[in-house]
Amino acid sequence: MSNTAAVEISGLVKRYGPATAVDGLSLTAGRGEVTAILGPNGAGKTTTVEVCEGYRTADGGSVRVLGRDPVRDAAALKPRVGVMLQAGGIPPAVPAGEYLRTLSRFHVKPHDPAWLLDMVGLASHAKTPYKRLSGGQQQRLSLAAAVLGRPELVFLDEPTSGMDPQARHATWDLVAALRGDGVSVILTTHFMEEAERLADHVVIIDHGRSVADGSPARLTGTAGQLRFRAEAALDIDSLLAALPPGSVAKESPAGHYLIEVPGGAVQPALLAAVTAWCADRGVLPSSLQIESRTLEDVFLELTGKDLRG
Amino acid sequence: MTSQPIAGQPPAGATTGPPVTGPQAAAGPGAPRSTWAPAPGAAPLRRMVAAQAAQETRQLLRNGEQLTLTLVIPLLLLAAFSLEPLIDFGVGYSRIDFLTPGVIALAVMSTAFTSQAIATGFERRYGVLKRLGASPLSRTGLITAKTVTVIGVELLQTIIILLVALALGWSPNASPAAVIVVPLLVLLGTAAFSGFALLLAGTLRAEATLAAANLIYVVLLGIGGVVFPLTKFPRGARPLLELLPTGALSTGLRDVLANAAVFPVKDVLTLAVWAVVGVALAARFFRWE
Repeated sequence: MSNTAAVEISGLVKRYGPATAVDGLSLTAGRGEVTAILGPNGAGKTTTVEVCEGYRTADGGSVRVLGRDPVRDAAALKPRVGVMLQAGGIPPAVPAGEYLRTLSRFHVKPHDPAWLLDMVGLASHAKTPYKRLSGGQQQRLSLAAAVLGRPELVFLDEPTSGMDPQARHATWDLVAALRGDGVSVILTTHFMEEAERLADHVVIIDHGRSVADGSPARLTGTAGQLRFRAEAALDIDSLLAALPPGSVAKESPAGHYLIEVPGGAVQPALLAAVTAWCADRGVLPSSLQIESRTLEDVFLELTGKDLRG
Repeated sequence: MTSQPIAGQPPAGATTGPPVTGPQAAAGPGAPRSTWAPAPGAAPLRRMVAAQAAQETRQLLRNGEQLTLTLVIPLLLLAAFSLEPLIDFGVGYSRIDFLTPGVIALAVMSTAFTSQAIATGFERRYGVLKRLGASPLSRTGLITAKTVTVIGVELLQTIIILLVALALGWSPNASPAAVIVVPLLVLLGTAAFSGFALLLAGTLRAEATLAAANLIYVVLLGIGGVVFPLTKFPRGARPLLELLPTGALSTGLRDVLANAAVFPVKDVLTLAVWAVVGVALAARFFRWE
């Protein structure tokens, strides 16, 4: 049982009328791992998660959750899978504590609702109706509901949107603790920092397809970059000629130079070549930095910088 | 509150003591275990339904508007029309004897139809039904919980209405069969009203459901034989009005409780047809999201 993947998606297609929300997506989320699904708005993140949760049926491809079919085996899967929707789902007039107590009666061995409320920082809001909680507090109650039944796998759809920094960090601690105790976590997010900190495995999707898949280190570590600032309009072609083969250089905006080494990290020889080239021309860079790419760089490179609806 | 080992906000990967697996892992205070170690399982259906029904009943009784609809309006109508000769109910009845069966029919309609349609419509809008769909409570379990809630509230309404009616001088003229036939009429009416409540709530926007459910309530209150006798309507309209669910329920209850009828066949059949049609339409067209 436990050697099957938490989630295994192969060639998933989901259409809404003429629009294709998910277009041949494949991904595998390992047991006991945190898998982050990243993507711009409208990339198909929520649709993908909702197919896994059994809310929507696939138009093509196959989806296995804990080795089972999310629609056909729904009754068997539901107790084992915790779900946090992107928004809502809780009756507005019901107090937070009462909501968790009711839901806890659906499970054989739930966490103690009062203890769990405390864990998500809502102990003093046990009697507060859901609609009077702040957006971040509502998210935390929803998170508590997702883990209440001691699930094997939780789906968190944008869990920290609307949370203040304290709540966000507390949520990250909770996700890390879930992972530490063997719970598989699938989360969607567009906070790069969240994915970078939490995820064992990141899948970037765009237009319903996977465009990158791997550990954060693998996704960001494949290229290094060197930036320096100097006078504008230096001769880029001559700079390139001086650099190790395969390097890429550009000036954008004026006076800001970026050198990247696709497929490799910045090596000392590259730094030496850049400074030697500058010295030959009597150019003194006003700043010079070597940095690995962030997940955000990778994300923007893969998904473009156009705003999404 | 049961005591559980609180590991504090655990740092990444925190476990307390050696990992313990199996059911004894969550044995009790001080038992060493991993805080979040998976131990899933659905509770017995009966317990889930009871918990959900208790939750929905509390929600309904806490909601002022719903309570106005289900209790205040029926009681006000009962008191106002029985104490003041506002309407001539015709021969053979005292005012309270005419009103009590009609007001029970109204109470059933207000809970099973109007109140349930509005509550479910907003549950659908707020994603409550969607979220419950991810819980171990099945859809059948949820519908059962809603039915238990409606019947529980109807019992409460009926007891209060009957107590007030007795205080106002109600003296039923019923055969012993009423003990069975009245619950039968109420259950068939409940099924019919619930079916159409869920049909509205499951197909229209929440605001449209609210408007439609209230409008239908007011119209059926007027033409359903609740406080205005159907004999007051034009002769040709009366057979049609008796075929409405409210008309059939109020007429049937009045026949049994005021005219000592043993079994109002036509009204029972009418309600049964409405129930089958309503539930079938709801099952066919209800959308959970």
